[in-house]
Formats: sequence, structure tokens, C-alpha cells
Amino acid sequence: MIPTIKQSRFARFSYNAYIALFFIYLALPLVVVSVFAFNDSLFPSLPWEGFTWDWFFGDERPKTGVFNERGIMRSIRTSVFVALCVSVLSVTVGTCNAFLFNRYQFRFSGILYVLMLLPLVIPGIVLGISILVFSSTVANGVEDSFGWDIEALRPGLLLVILGQFSFITTIVTLVIAARLKRFDTTLEEAALNLGATRLTAIRTITMPYLGPAMIGAAVVAFLMSFENFNTTLMLVGSDAPLTIAMFDRLKEGSTPVLNAVSLLLMIGSSLLALMMIAFQKKE
Amino acid sequence: MRAEARLGFILLLTPLLLWLTLLIIIPHIDMFLISIRERVAVRTYETGFANYLTFFTEPLYLVTFMRTALMSVLATVMTLIIAFPVSYYIAKIAKGRLQSALFLLCLVPFWVSELVRTFGWMILLRETGIFSNLLQFVGIVDGPVEMLYNDTAMMVGLIYTSMLFMVVPLVTTLESLDDSVIEAGYDLGGNAITVTREIVIPHATPGIVSGCIVVFMLSLGNYLTPTMLGGKESLWFTELIYSQFIVRFNWELGAAFGFLLLGLSSFIVWIALRLTGQTLEKTMG
Repeated sequence: MIPTIKQSRFARFSYNAYIALFFIYLALPLVVVSVFAFNDSLFPSLPWEGFTWDWFFGDERPKTGVFNERGIMRSIRTSVFVALCVSVLSVTVGTCNAFLFNRYQFRFSGILYVLMLLPLVIPGIVLGISILVFSSTVANGVEDSFGWDIEALRPGLLLVILGQFSFITTIVTLVIAARLKRFDTTLEEAALNLGATRLTAIRTITMPYLGPAMIGAAVVAFLMSFENFNTTLMLVGSDAPLTIAMFDRLKEGSTPVLNAVSLLLMIGSSLLALMMIAFQKKE
Repeated sequence: MRAEARLGFILLLTPLLLWLTLLIIIPHIDMFLISIRERVAVRTYETGFANYLTFFTEPLYLVTFMRTALMSVLATVMTLIIAFPVSYYIAKIAKGRLQSALFLLCLVPFWVSELVRTFGWMILLRETGIFSNLLQFVGIVDGPVEMLYNDTAMMVGLIYTSMLFMVVPLVTTLESLDDSVIEAGYDLGGNAITVTREIVIPHATPGIVSGCIVVFMLSLGNYLTPTMLGGKESLWFTELIYSQFIVRFNWELGAAFGFLLLGLSSFIVWIALRLTGQTLEKTMG
């Protein structure tokens, strides 16, 4: 079935209808979440009680808006902090990995490449518990032999960052490696011929070429970290990132303040993604 | 290798090795070691497979494990069936602007957290939710209906959550299929069904395999959707792991469960790769 081949009108119509239904299915939950952020009621459900901005800017109980809700704002800051750390770390390591697999032929490179892909096929919750188990083994070992209690190895932000980093790095590596593969190495050789050192050639020729991919990968890493749930759930300590904080509230029963946060999240991540696309189009 | 190149090699290799050994390999070995540990008294342990034995003798654990596996396979198959026509439409029928717009629209829901998506379904399906009110308004039912907390709701959520990971690889492989090959199929007397079966699906196999692997993994390892949308009876295996670790503090049994989940997912991925003659490097990399 391609446009150049004639199909019966009925077949075409039902195909189009199916596609339309599919996109309604995709949009429905998000639209509903957004709309109820403006419902002037204590519950995010019908009946519609009228339009309000209270769930964003309200400052009186029981209608405390997002911007005046300390718990939520703190968890957003925690999430941003974690996501920034994860993107910086994973882009750094991912770039090294991409260069390693692209530029060097060495023994075991095949095995290492498969190992590098493994985090993609390990369930997030298993990654979380394995890191939790290992870090507490180390912490207990240190405590038993030296008597030091290393707080950082107990569930908390460091473990959350490491846990997310452990699988996001694979994705970042793949994104950067895909771009590096298309790089014309003769450009680098030309720089070497013109007297540049290897490092200068990489800094002035290869890195600017890789730049867009690195920024793209950083954005992807940021978003993935921001919305990660499974791995974070197992490693979280007392400062909960946004997804965990929202989960705890959702279990207790929700007010439209969660809709308001969700809407802000949607706007934020769409803007980020659009910026990334616009940036890559320009290249 | 010259000294300079050698130094560069070592500098690039170190982060990779540190990452893989400290965050992936050793933690998993450690998790395995914990899982074969039995607590005999306070702070004294023996090595043995008692935790795995518990898993096989306690029906609740075994049943939950099998159910999670089967439901994940079902979710994967349904995602494939739903996503295939859509991907084909985006790759082959829509052109230009419409094509990129539709593709972007598929990505949009996944820029927001899974939590938000699940929350959306809760608002739609719950007793005071949109669908219930709609049905009452139309007059099909008299009172509120609860559509949340059952297997169907959970399935809808699982399929929704992993849709993107099916659509993207499918669109990518289908785009590389030349229109003239499809035309040739029709010229040689094929119809929509035979052309799809003999030409389109074989060509899309790598995309189908990688999409299915990722969707299966995501469903199997999902915690949020079964917890929020599923009912009391539809326990998911990840919920058991969570409760052993966080609620009961029985890390030994929890680690054994984690290892079983890992074993199951690796096994199914391996089978899928073997059956279709693909490799992990090709489907993921």
C-alpha cells in the first residue's frame, strides 16, 4: 500500500481513521492532565467547577499552587541538579567511549562493545538494586575495618546519580558514536599535515563537528534522568527527585497541583526538545 | 602503537572500564553473592540456594513471575500490532511536512515522565473519571463505573508507555524500503496481504526485533504502571522485588528475585535474537 498504488476508497478511509484514532489515543491522557490543572476543584476529576490559576499561583491552603509548594519546588531543584550531573558525566564518558571504539582496533573491543550495550537490556529496577547492594557492601566493609561511616554510599543523591549514569551513558555513547562514524577523517589528516598536533586537530576540527551530537546527547541524558523512575526508586534517600515526590503524593490521593506540575513538565521538556531539533536543523 | 597513541588509548579506555566494572559488573556479581546467602542467625550467614528454593516452593512468587512474563509478552505483541500500521503510514504514505509532524507527534508523549502519562490514564479511567462520566452521560450505564485497577487498565498503560520504542525502529527500517520494491510486488500479482507478508515484514525484521526487545524489557521491568493502574490481584514481579528490599528488608530474597528477573529478560532477549538471526550489536547499536 503506497500512494502510487490504487486502493479502494473504503480501505483508504479505514486506514486514515485508524491513524486518527491512534493519535487521539496518544494525546488523550496528556490533554486530560493539562486541562484539569485549571479545574477549580480539590480533585482532578469531573465535575468541572470553573477555570482557575490557583493550582499554579495560589498561596492559601487547601489550594496551594505549585510555585508556593515548598516540597515540590525543592524536588524540582533536586531533579535539575541530578540531571545536570548525569548529563555532564555521561557525555564526558560517552565521548571517550565513542572515540575509543571509533579510532582504536584492539583485542576484546568486540566484547567490550557488547558489555557497553548491556545496560540497555538490564531492567532499571535490577540496576538499582545491584548498585544499592554493592554500595552498601562497600560501606559496611569500610565501617567494619576502619570504623568510618561513609554517608555518601548509603541511599541518596550520589547513588541516584550513579545509578542513572550507569545506563544513560550507553545511550549517550550510541548517539555520539553515530555522528563520529560519519566524520571524514581526512579532515583531521589535513590538519596534521598543516602542522597541527593530534590534540589540536581533535580540538579544532573533530570536536566542533561533534558538538551538535554532544549537545543533543546531553539534552537526551537530561530528559531521561529527569523522568527516570525505576532506578531512582531503589536508590533514593531523603531528598526525593520530582518523579519520586510526585509518586508519593499520587499514592496518597492527588489534588490538581499534580496536574499543574505535569503541565509545567510537559512544557519544559517540549521546549527543550524543540530547541534541540531547531539547533540540529541549523547545522 | 606509538607512545602517544598508547597514552591516548589508555586515557580513553579507563573511563569505560571504570564505568563497566564498578557500576555494572561488580554490582551484579555482588548481588548474586548476596542472593546465595542464607541468614542463619543475626549477622551469621551460610552459602546456599535457599532463597531460590523459596521462590520455587512459594506459589505466589512463581505465579507472579510467570504472569509478569506472559503479560509482558502480550503487551509487546499488542504494541507491535498497534504500532506497525502507524509506522508504515509515517514511513511510506505520509510525505514531507505531514511525515515529520506525525513522527514528532509520536515522540511528544515520551518527553514527559511516565508518571504523568500514568496519571493521565488514572484521570481517564477512574470511577469519577472522564470515561465513567461520559458513559453515564450517554446513558449506557446508570452509575459510576470503575475501570481502573484491573489487568486491562494496566495493559493499556503498558502499551501506551512503550509505544515510542516500537514506532521509532519500525519507521527507521520501513523508510529504507524502496517504493519500487513494493510496486514490483504488486506488478507480479501480489495484493496488500501478500506484499506485506513477503516483502514489507521481512524487510522490517531488524526493526521489529529491536522494537520488541526494548518494549518487552520496559514492560517486564515496569513498576509504576502495574502499581498505579493494576489491581490488588495483578501483582507485578518488580513489586515483589521492591517489597523485599524496601518494606521487609530481606535483601537476600530480593537479590535472588532481581537475579531471576535479569535471567528471564536475558533469556527472552537471547531467544528473540536467535530466532531471527540478529545480534545485539546490530539491533541496539
